[in-house]
Amino acid sequence: MSGQTTGPGEDATLLEVRDLRVEFRTRDGVAQAVNGVSYRVAAGQTLAVLGESGSGKSVTAQAVMGILDSPPGFVTGGEVVFQGRDLLKLGKDERRKVRGAKMAMIFQDALSSLNPVLSVGAQLGEMFRVHEGTSRKEARERAVELMERVGIPAARQRVGDYPHQFSGGMRQRIMIAMALALAPDLIIADEPTTALDVTVQAQVMDLLAELQREYHMGLILITHDLGVVADVADTIAVMYAGRIVETAPVHHLYKAPAHPYTRGLLESIPRLDHKGQELYAIKGLPPNPAAIPPGCPFHPRCPLARDVCRTDPPPLYDVGPGRTSACHFWKETLDGAR
Amino acid sequence: MPEPYEPFEAAKPYEAYAAKEAIGHGDGGSAALAIGEAESLERVPGAGPPGGEPTGKPRSLWSDAWHDLRRNPVFVLSALVIVFLVLIAIWPQLIATGNPYRGDLAKAQQGAAPGHPFGFDTQGRDVYTRVVYGARASITVGVCATAGAALLGSLLGGLAGFFGRWWDTGLSRLADIFFGIPVILGGLVFLSVITSSTVWPVVGFIVLLGWPQISRIARGSVVTAKQNDYVQAARALGAGNGRLLLRHITPNAVAPVIVVATIALGTFIALEATLSFLGAGLKPPTVSWGIDISAASTYIRNAPHMLLWPAGALSITVLAFIMLGDAVRDALDPKLR
Amino acid sequence: MAHADGPQAVQDPQRPQPGQAALGEPILEIRDLVKHYPLTQGVLFKKQVGAVKAVDGVSFDLRKGETLGIVGESGCGKSTLAKMLVGLERPTSGQIRYQGQDIATLSGRAMKSVRRNIQMVFQDPYTSLNPRMTVGDIVGEPYEIHPEVAPKGDRRKRVQELLDVVGLNPEYINRYPHQFSGGQRQRIGIARGLALRPEIIVADEPVSALDVSVQAQVVNLLEGLQDEFDLSYVFIAHDLSVVRHISDRVAVMYLGRLAEIGTDEQIYDHPTHPYTQALLSAVPVPDPEAREHRERILLAGDVPSPADPPSGCRFRTRCWKAQPLCAEVVPPLEVPAEFQDTESPARHASACHFAEERHVVPSD
Repeated sequence: MSGQTTGPGEDATLLEVRDLRVEFRTRDGVAQAVNGVSYRVAAGQTLAVLGESGSGKSVTAQAVMGILDSPPGFVTGGEVVFQGRDLLKLGKDERRKVRGAKMAMIFQDALSSLNPVLSVGAQLGEMFRVHEGTSRKEARERAVELMERVGIPAARQRVGDYPHQFSGGMRQRIMIAMALALAPDLIIADEPTTALDVTVQAQVMDLLAELQREYHMGLILITHDLGVVADVADTIAVMYAGRIVETAPVHHLYKAPAHPYTRGLLESIPRLDHKGQELYAIKGLPPNPAAIPPGCPFHPRCPLARDVCRTDPPPLYDVGPGRTSACHFWKETLDGAR
Repeated sequence: MPEPYEPFEAAKPYEAYAAKEAIGHGDGGSAALAIGEAESLERVPGAGPPGGEPTGKPRSLWSDAWHDLRRNPVFVLSALVIVFLVLIAIWPQLIATGNPYRGDLAKAQQGAAPGHPFGFDTQGRDVYTRVVYGARASITVGVCATAGAALLGSLLGGLAGFFGRWWDTGLSRLADIFFGIPVILGGLVFLSVITSSTVWPVVGFIVLLGWPQISRIARGSVVTAKQNDYVQAARALGAGNGRLLLRHITPNAVAPVIVVATIALGTFIALEATLSFLGAGLKPPTVSWGIDISAASTYIRNAPHMLLWPAGALSITVLAFIMLGDAVRDALDPKLR
Repeated sequence: MAHADGPQAVQDPQRPQPGQAALGEPILEIRDLVKHYPLTQGVLFKKQVGAVKAVDGVSFDLRKGETLGIVGESGCGKSTLAKMLVGLERPTSGQIRYQGQDIATLSGRAMKSVRRNIQMVFQDPYTSLNPRMTVGDIVGEPYEIHPEVAPKGDRRKRVQELLDVVGLNPEYINRYPHQFSGGQRQRIGIARGLALRPEIIVADEPVSALDVSVQAQVVNLLEGLQDEFDLSYVFIAHDLSVVRHISDRVAVMYLGRLAEIGTDEQIYDHPTHPYTQALLSAVPVPDPEAREHRERILLAGDVPSPADPPSGCRFRTRCWKAQPLCAEVVPPLEVPAEFQDTESPARHASACHFAEERHVVPSD
């Protein structure tokens, strides 16, 4: 699970996003929500995309899944190569076949993602009926199996229940079951545990990690929670203002961040194991996507900012094995962290 | 009466704004608006400098709505029509110099003639003049009935929503009873016993039947507004019921009522015409489109112009108000777009 | 209970508490607080068929100048508790003693004057500010409700001072809430809470709706204001790390009751209640090194319904240590017998028949 030593079979790239750009065209102007994002996920690997709201992390995932609301959102550039094919070049129907069967998504809010007037068994069964043409009876049987697999007690009795009859944690398990139904190769989970209580959160994350191992899937975990990331991710991509500012294997990132934003985030979260002094707080607010500052988008909030940061957008520097950082002063940041 | 606006949630228009802005803000365009993403709900003014400091002038939600409205062609068009209608309702002489009551039987049912573009009716009166003068009755009934129904409905609905308990039970049942009255049958029975030839019995009747629709909307939006934390916050400060209702709940609950009332205005005008057509509404000598349509309907084969002009005026008026209502709803609740 | 003293004296404020003088006198004393919401059936003639026991017998003290953190999962009753403390909900029974009087039974004018001293900060910065009012009107509203606090001509200046105190530009006084970001709106909510110069602020999840980088700003602000205005906080949250950071003492709530209460060190480093241990062990720690050698207690099942809580110990249905005794006897919130004579930090009140210390938070 720790991700750096993967077998030869596991190294096969499942998904590669290259220089993806998404903009939102609204009456108030054009907002660059995603501005040249690249990342890759291998089978059996977990990539965590970490970012605050407005960072473009969810929009990127929606563009990858092909579920971007358009308008106002438009993919304006880049490639999404999944199992060797650029999804952005596929037709609508082909795209839909990939979705669900090959890649599936889990959302934060399970209650609004499930249809309230259909029983969960019917919704799970529908996946098989639509994609595989299974009979009604067999679909129900497989729904029960799935529900058992994701740890819903008394699955056979509850298969006819409606979403609101389940607790939040159970509903999220059902969402996971739906995502798993057609044995996809990639799962994108957008804040899957944010709405859940701590103890339930742990159960659901464990389930997700276990299933990922079992089915050898790629997992993209989108979250704002540095704690959750540390628990499950192999690689982390940190996003800020529509760009990736740092990519690193999980252990390296926490030990020695190479971007001042990552470093600020790590220092600004309170610790569970000791009380600590006053929290470090990144000054200011995340930028408005319609008015991203020139140069490095983080410079107005950055303690290291110098003149060059205000004018030249930093490229993604290679800063070590499997590590990149979009900071002109990544070396100083890296040294400062040690 | 149909109630297309029950699920309307402009009681929380700021949320609607938030949702709209979220699209421009990147994340959160999808359904997920919970804890971690809540920040994406913020409304950041378009030209904000880095750091998201609020800039520009103070912009209330009302002024934002007005800003949207002015750019909506549907609103501009319907508002122009309505302003025109109101003007001629007040001063019909502005565009019609004739006398709507004086007829020349020799010209009965004749078609258009110079100076009489719409022709003449059965009694030889100028149809154009009568159509222009008919606006007054329709607009008066529409505006007064809507005002009455909106006041009564929002008062009772607001009280039911705010105080709950037996207020709510009692007032909701009362509204149900009025809902149960068949409009046309009720109108025929109720208005046929009244001999007054003014517009007021018709206005009164429409208010009586129209308030429950408004009161349901008002109750719903007060209940929604009441649950907001800012009401709790004011309560925690020690604010009394009066302040809660006037400062916090009413301004946030009034938008759906305005929308429904605007659309109801159009339907009330149509209702007045229907009742007048059936002989139960306004009575001659009041000039009313409904009465004229009724009188003309017998001669539709020989002299269709007598019916088409007042019917056209009625349709345009009703349509204008309904379109205005739609435009207002869009401005107050962009989520429905 | 009779043996309770020192830092553990939760239920007996009359006794001297020598070890705690530095933390100040109790300013708010909560005794056996209960809030049941009746469950009714029928449309016109409502019949009570049961009750949701949202808060069911909670007692603690808030001391002057301290921050008492209350943690628990959703549905544990912590928000209902907060609402009772600020007088938004009337307790079914029990006492909230402030300055020697029970405010749970006060009404009208007396209550209004108490409200001046106990204010609330809300969770959701999007619904807690009236979108139709300007920032100046929102922050100044306390003065309109309590005109005796500030003369009319003085109010605008005071509001601007408050905005300055919470780190907002005083020139924003005429702007509307939707023109601000979440963190800025939370500052406006805090300014409103401060306007009447209260002694106590009850904050219900004040930072959980905010982004990580903004969360730290607001936590620091709250800490700074505590020193500046000599405030006592009741800080309610589900984020255990934030609670540890800001709190002097911490109470753990489960299904309407307190499971454990003590200083932050006692609760986090020496928890004795199994629920606290499970809760702490489940918190994701931002340290990938910890994940291999960390012991995680996974609880079975879901929280039972507060309408039909288990008999005896509320936690027994999910507890790995449950014995028949747990179903019969409600464990009192007091220092467990085995720790009473020790100097160990485990010596704090814990509502468990089989309390034992267990380290669950990995430390450096």
